[in-house]
Amino acid sequence: MDPTTVAQVIFYFFAVLTVASAAIVVFSSSLIYSAFALLFTFFGVAALYVFLGADFLAATQLVIYVGGILILLLFGVMLTHKLYDLDLKTETFQFFPGFLVMAAVLLTLTGVISKTQWVSRGERPLNPTTIAIGLLFMREYILPFEVASVFLLVALIGAAMIVRRRRS
Amino acid sequence: MIGLNHYLFVSAALFSLGVMGVLTRKNAVNVLMGIELILNSANINLVAFSRYSVASLDGQIFAVFVIIIAAAEAAVALAIVLSMYRIVKSVNLDQADTLKG
Repeated sequence: MDPTTVAQVIFYFFAVLTVASAAIVVFSSSLIYSAFALLFTFFGVAALYVFLGADFLAATQLVIYVGGILILLLFGVMLTHKLYDLDLKTETFQFFPGFLVMAAVLLTLTGVISKTQWVSRGERPLNPTTIAIGLLFMREYILPFEVASVFLLVALIGAAMIVRRRRS
Repeated sequence: MIGLNHYLFVSAALFSLGVMGVLTRKNAVNVLMGIELILNSANINLVAFSRYSVASLDGQIFAVFVIIIAAAEAAVALAIVLSMYRIVKSVNLDQADTLKG
């Protein structure tokens, strides 16, 4: 097989993995299944980043989403249920209206995407991006970078403030 | 050949699934998972346009900022969920109606 066919097969594999596990996240009735399906969604998105030539972002996705946010969500699941409550079911409400909204959004987006003529200024070559991203953060994007660091500090302190036990 | 449209379709599917999760789930943590799906779909769009449309790295920089916002949002939202669990003894969103008139 020639390389483009192999690339297509791998791309479709990861695209189907991403969308199918996202569907499990949304439709599964067990919270633990949802959380672990979210793991596969994040992995699939990281693989799509690799396909798009974003190596730094793929590593960041794995470290922050899988290593941080997913663990945080699992903590949230575990801490908000009694220990004997092993099956961790969740219910849905307004399933049918929600499904209608989802179908409408999906149809609109796919229609718009397939009808639009996207302007292209050429494909970016598949080079390593880490050095360029670091230089951009230290030059053009230095102010947003610093604001983001202060923002993370504020979020950290705010989360600790919200969740602390009040002295009564 | 894999083009821009393929990534946009994947991202549209992820976005609508995330909207579905946010709209229909009762559990607050599950709603957060839906929000993460939506943010991820936006990220796929940013990175795909940065590769195919403008041929620069700006989209990837934006994606990094989205990831930063997502991390902060998850931390703060879980703090809110935990304190809600302490007060209401439940994380079902339809039971968090203390402010209801």
